[in-house]
Amino acid sequence: MKVLVAVKRVIDYNVKVRVKPDNTGVDLTNVKMAMNPFCEIAVEEAVRLKEKGIATEVVVVSIGPQAAQEQIRTALALGADRGILIQTDEEIQSLAAAKLLKAVVDKEQPKLVILGKQAIDSDNNQTGQMLAALCGYPQGTFASEVVVEGEKVNVTREVDGGLVTVALNLPAVVTTDLRLNEPRYASLPNIMKAKKKPLETTTPADLGVDVAPRLTTLKVEAPAQRKAGIKVASVAELVDKLKNEAKVI
Amino acid sequence: MSILVIADHDNQSLKPSTLNTIGAAKQIGGDITVLVAGQGCAGVAEAAAKAEGVSKVLVADDAAYANQLAENLSLLVAEIGKDYTHILTPAGTTGKDFLPRVAALLDVAQISDIIKVESADTFQRPIYAGNALATVKSSDSIKVITVRPTAFDPVAAEGGSAAVEALSLAKDAGTSQFVKAEMAKSDRPELTSASIVISGGRGMQNGENFKMLEKIADKLGAAVGASRAAVDAGFVPNDMQVGQTGKIVAPQLYIAVGISGAIQHLAGMSGSKVIVAINKDEEAPIFQVADYGLVADLFQAVPELEQELDKVL
Ligand SMILES: Cc1cc2nc3c(=O)[nH]c(=O)nc-3n(C[C@H](O)[C@H](O)[C@H](O)COP(=O)(O)OP(=O)(O)OC[C@H]3O[C@@H](n4cnc5c(N)ncnc54)[C@H](O)[C@@H]3O)c2cc1C
Ligand SMILES: Nc1ncnc2c1ncn2[C@@H]1O[C@H](COP(=O)(O)O)[C@@H](O)[C@H]1O
Repeated sequence: MKVLVAVKRVIDYNVKVRVKPDNTGVDLTNVKMAMNPFCEIAVEEAVRLKEKGIATEVVVVSIGPQAAQEQIRTALALGADRGILIQTDEEIQSLAAAKLLKAVVDKEQPKLVILGKQAIDSDNNQTGQMLAALCGYPQGTFASEVVVEGEKVNVTREVDGGLVTVALNLPAVVTTDLRLNEPRYASLPNIMKAKKKPLETTTPADLGVDVAPRLTTLKVEAPAQRKAGIKVASVAELVDKLKNEAKVI
Repeated sequence: MSILVIADHDNQSLKPSTLNTIGAAKQIGGDITVLVAGQGCAGVAEAAAKAEGVSKVLVADDAAYANQLAENLSLLVAEIGKDYTHILTPAGTTGKDFLPRVAALLDVAQISDIIKVESADTFQRPIYAGNALATVKSSDSIKVITVRPTAFDPVAAEGGSAAVEALSLAKDAGTSQFVKAEMAKSDRPELTSASIVISGGRGMQNGENFKMLEKIADKLGAAVGASRAAVDAGFVPNDMQVGQTGKIVAPQLYIAVGISGAIQHLAGMSGSKVIVAINKDEEAPIFQVADYGLVADLFQAVPELEQELDKVL
């Protein structure tokens, strides 16, 4: 079966973001960009399905500027077979991303679509679910285990109270949580090989999708900073402060 | 304005986060209807009807909703929801699962995890792990929103007397089945609503050592949480993870033990009133947000803390 994976180019998770002084957004000039960590887990899962002989082809798709090719190449180096860049410099909100991905699903007809549960820039946690709804597919969100069996996929999901397992008819959408797998590193030979793998470019207009934003960002502010408090010298002093100063115990 | 709040529940009891969500709905203003979809959930509907500020409770009691499967729930909510100006639910794993589907079916955006209501169409929400706060305005006719419960005061659980109306709307997409649930059992308070939380990180070294934190938790009536590193290492289950991609907590007192204080962890707990950090590395970033920091080996400090608490409690 064919597996489609959506990967987003985001700020590297190690970077401490700074809000622009004019409050229009965060400063992304000269900031290190990378594949969203949850998308790395999605790519890894797809590649493992291929290694197990379950997936026959792994196609990665990214929506973003031309530079998002880098993240597609990374996915190809990790073992994906072919890439699609939906190139745009516009802001793509989750609903628009889901519609673009739906257009790719219509064309590619994958049996399984794997996305990250959350992009660490917008922290939206929406796109996979929206895509599933637009396609009429079932979904296994926040997955910590994915087992394909015939025409079904069993997904174990990380939920507030513990774990829930659901059985989904294929085709289905899965979104990854942190415990699903530990992504590998790309080896140098594989990075070289990835350069020769096919990468096709298209645009929202080619796909006939209206990507006009529905939400306008009026302002982006830095949160109130907590001030470091004091260091206590002993456990006894700590307990005394909590009881008599902070009055929280 | 007419607001539909989707209750979070387990067929037995109404989750407290629903009351915080109704609190957010009150700030938007307008008529508030609560939808309880489940199976054998009459008790939940009764509880919702007593909540302050609710004018009507709709109950969809059907096997299709027994396990809150997103495929079924979203069909129901999208059908009822089109008559409302706002659809709200708590930003727990149930809401995060089904609500984006509702938004897509209605062809509107979802505004995730709001922490402030500026007006009926403008809301504030954290982005980049809480390192920035965005104020966003929606141009959609229906505002579909998940609410961060810790950011809103709950309405009173008692005092209301809303009418309860049964719906006979069974929406079964027929594409997914519930297989099993493995739920953590604990007599301690729920992590997201506890007034004291004590969390352990990689410094705890193993799951056995979390017993030290549990003993303190039991003395303080606290919940026990963890960092991602502690969960990934298998010390404790996933539902204990606090952070950007785990649970958001904002207790009166948060005690971080053997946790370095990565931004992803801070995103989940920096709204706490008082933060205590116990860490042997005085350079650990957690001390930059701690009201009271103790530089110490946790294997000494935690047992000592237990003894000292015995003296004052
Ligand atoms: C996409 C993504 C999402 C993430 N989401 C989350 C999230 O939701 N929540 C989360 O917590 N993290 C999250 N993380 C991980 C985060 O970046 C950190 O890796 C993690 O929080 C570190 O956990 P820790 O502080 O327990 O471990 P470490 O950073 O290893 O820190 C351990 C600390 O324990 C101290 N210590 C060790 N031994 C002792 C001792 N005997 N006594 C006292 N102190 C001791 C050390 O000095 C150190 O400061 C995420 C990361 C990514 C990439
Ligand atoms: N611009 C994009 N390009 C490719 N995939 C995306 C894009 N935006 C979102 N996604 C996918 O949707 C997931 C969740 O994103 P979000 O809903 O924005 O938090 C990501 O982990 C990606 O798998």
